Amino acid sequence: MTITGALLYALCGVVLIGVGTYGFMTRAHLLRRVLAFNVIGSGVFLLIGALGRRTAGAQADPVPHALIITGIVVALSLTALAVALVLRHVGETGRVVLPEEDAEEGG
Amino acid sequence: MNALPALPLLELSIALPLAASLLAVAAGRFAANLVFAIGPAMMALAALLCLAVSRHGPLEAAVGGWEVPLGIALGADGLSGVFVVTGALILSAVGLFARRDFGGAPAETPRGYTFWPLFYAMWAALNAIFLGRDLFNFYVALELLTLAAVAMVAYGGTAAALRYLLFALMGSLAYLTGVGLIYASAATLDLERLHLVLQGDRAVLAGAALMTAGLLAKAALFPLHAWLPPAHGNAPAAASALLSALVVKAAFFILLRIWFDMMPDAQSPWLTQTLGMLGMAAVVYGSLLAIRQGRLKLIIAYSTVAQIGYLFFVFPLANGSAFALPWSAGAWSGVIFHALSHAFAKAALFLAAGLVIEALGHDRIADMKGIGRALPITWLAFGIAAISLMGLPPSGGFMAKYLILTSALAGGHVIYALVMIAGGLLAAIYLFRPLGAAMAGDNLPDIAPVSRRRQLIPLALAIAAIAIGPASSLPYAFLQIGLPEGAS
Amino acid sequence: MTLGLAFDALLCLLILSAAGLAVCGRRLFASIAFFVTYGILIGISWLRLGAVDVALAEVAIGAGLTGVLLIGAWAAIRRRRGNDGLALDATGAMNAADEAEAGDDPVMPRPRRLVAAVACSVLAGLLAAAVAALPAEVPGLLPAVTEKLADSGVSNPVTAVLLNFRAYDTLMESIVLLMALVAVWALTPEALWGDEPGLRQHARGDGVLATFGKVLPPLGALVGAYLIWAGSDRPGGAFQGGTILAAVWLLAIMAGMARAPRQSSRFLRLALVAGPVVFLGVGLAGAAFGVFLGFSAEYAKRLILLIELALAVSIAATLALLVAGTPVARGGS
Repeated sequence: MTITGALLYALCGVVLIGVGTYGFMTRAHLLRRVLAFNVIGSGVFLLIGALGRRTAGAQADPVPHALIITGIVVALSLTALAVALVLRHVGETGRVVLPEEDAEEGG
Repeated sequence: MNALPALPLLELSIALPLAASLLAVAAGRFAANLVFAIGPAMMALAALLCLAVSRHGPLEAAVGGWEVPLGIALGADGLSGVFVVTGALILSAVGLFARRDFGGAPAETPRGYTFWPLFYAMWAALNAIFLGRDLFNFYVALELLTLAAVAMVAYGGTAAALRYLLFALMGSLAYLTGVGLIYASAATLDLERLHLVLQGDRAVLAGAALMTAGLLAKAALFPLHAWLPPAHGNAPAAASALLSALVVKAAFFILLRIWFDMMPDAQSPWLTQTLGMLGMAAVVYGSLLAIRQGRLKLIIAYSTVAQIGYLFFVFPLANGSAFALPWSAGAWSGVIFHALSHAFAKAALFLAAGLVIEALGHDRIADMKGIGRALPITWLAFGIAAISLMGLPPSGGFMAKYLILTSALAGGHVIYALVMIAGGLLAAIYLFRPLGAAMAGDNLPDIAPVSRRRQLIPLALAIAAIAIGPASSLPYAFLQIGLPEGAS
Repeated sequence: MTLGLAFDALLCLLILSAAGLAVCGRRLFASIAFFVTYGILIGISWLRLGAVDVALAEVAIGAGLTGVLLIGAWAAIRRRRGNDGLALDATGAMNAADEAEAGDDPVMPRPRRLVAAVACSVLAGLLAAAVAALPAEVPGLLPAVTEKLADSGVSNPVTAVLLNFRAYDTLMESIVLLMALVAVWALTPEALWGDEPGLRQHARGDGVLATFGKVLPPLGALVGAYLIWAGSDRPGGAFQGGTILAAVWLLAIMAGMARAPRQSSRFLRLALVAGPVVFLGVGLAGAAFGVFLGFSAEYAKRLILLIELALAVSIAATLALLVAGTPVARGGS
């Protein structure tokens, strides 16, 4: 694993953040937003982890790994809550978008 | 006292609410009575903490015995102390208040069971932030806080909770990205060490900018405030009180830590002026919208949007290079006083509004004529809290405004002074409407009975907001403990 | 360009494609499927970055459980559409549901998409510039961890960080996970409180799901238990192992081999808090001896193992119930 390789993954992470943010901004469907949030999240984790691989030898910096594992669990927790809220929202209103997005589309 | 340093005050302040939360998950219905034990215990801990800080200076603890940068450190200075005390008082009061809605039913309900674990988790998360010094630990604590807050909002309405969650998620990711960049630059996550080793290079500045953006979303600073009014306005009264009083302050607290403890020299005019202007916009926008609301809880929620704006005056008025100037300490302390008195006053207002809803079944201003006579204690509390919010003497709010105003004028920032005065006037307008309606007419409306004792809770909180004013010299001196380049 | 770098470049390309398809795909189910694929590819990238623990966690939790959550939600929404009185016959119901899905899965108008694309490109550009400004070679905290690894009681450095050096973070994290479940439970309709969560599955006795439900759980339990045990010295740990246990439990429930526990079950609640309680208890016991969450070098290994076992139980229970969701009304198509 060369240092340039780590940079490659770091930049990949950066692009993922961009792609995910684009998805979050341009799709109103709530499940898609949750999905986009997860894409951004894993992009952030990839960035952090790749930057931790800039060590000289064969071993990577373990602290970012621990942070990322924590982050993955936290992201799942929030995703689970978001999904539960979305399902309840659909149950209450029958719509999968938030109210003002609804009005925007003329629905 | 020899016993003081032996008690792990910092760790206990976080561990005790965590234990209570776990007990509430396991013990179900009896959880509502925990507040009788936890409340006094946490208040005692907070008092001991402040005592220790005032005696021995800033406290520090390396969790697990591992020194930074390997381990995580906790720390308490004057700023931590006042927030922990305020949190303990408000959370105890709200916990007592919430027992009616979230406890005591013969059979277990979703609300009754789930509220208390979330309540104590929120307490633990707040203390973890007030006593924290590790950037990633702030992240985990913020997520815990967000979870609990969103769930409490969801008790009142799903769409508002969803919107809050989406904003909070984006904010968290921005914050985390910032933390990642800073760690990549400095190989440490501890505020104190970062203060020593950080150079203001591109990655660090980008990281700090991202962290700030994320925290602004969580603090609901204009223009990232859209989630707050529906969330605070529709949640149950106890939840709204906690959200407006404490949860939004936590994000602001972390911002203070970043920009005044971690990298005070990096505060560029660009940053401070932008934050100051957004703060002013928040004050004006929030106040104007508050005036237009027809529901009491929405007025109070928009008032929070406005009052948060004042907090951000600390950046232009007490920023890095100006921190050495004699009047900037006044601005800093004034903003903290504002945060604290606003916390008490806003909690009192929301609890009072909750009592009105219990009595009337709704909170429409137009239909609550004369309610003041039926609930005199509640409306006394409302009035007293309003005094602090408007910034009238002798309240804590007045003290805060006085400190910030004098600092603004001394520093030549006339516009901030003008906005403060205008904000006070606008607050008077949007608070007089419900007060006037409450006193209007001479009939006594039919209401559901509301216990006297519960009405005393918002009154106590409102009196606390006022009491900060005359008693301000002690907290003022206490606040200076641990300031980086203290100018007092 | 070395072979390794070429592989990395190709992998990044695949990752970005999968992410793009997931985000911009037209049909929601396809997006979710691409998301799971994306998660697995990210897992491979973690292997390339020397982060096996993270790879396990990402694939199990990030791709696996998140994917299950999303698919479950997708299916639940479709079911609710079907129950909204749309066309009766099988093909008719399918088309109507598709239509409904497209109707409220609007794509934003082009100008707004363009603005978003520009904004996100600027964001990515600024981030890339910040990343490029960082030094190319940096030891980070690796030296500090390596120095103290012998005192930590474990030889897997990630486990040492998670459960010793930065144990406080992990303690908070376990509370976050539990509180997420409490928050999800808070959304339970009052009439259904205390029931079994999730839609009960009906698996045919000789069907594929039932077969998986008989064969996989014992294997999965073994793998999960091994991962928990191995986490001290090899990649693994409570989170990874606990996730696998949760997954096979869910599989057993979905296949009809086991029943989901009731929300009101006292035993379940004890299992949920067991991990955090043991963790906090060990921490407070340490405080009694002088240091909160302090493990003396002599006892560290045993304490960490104890905590990991208890945590794994709680993590398994919590994750499984998070995916199972809230109780739903019985009686629906």
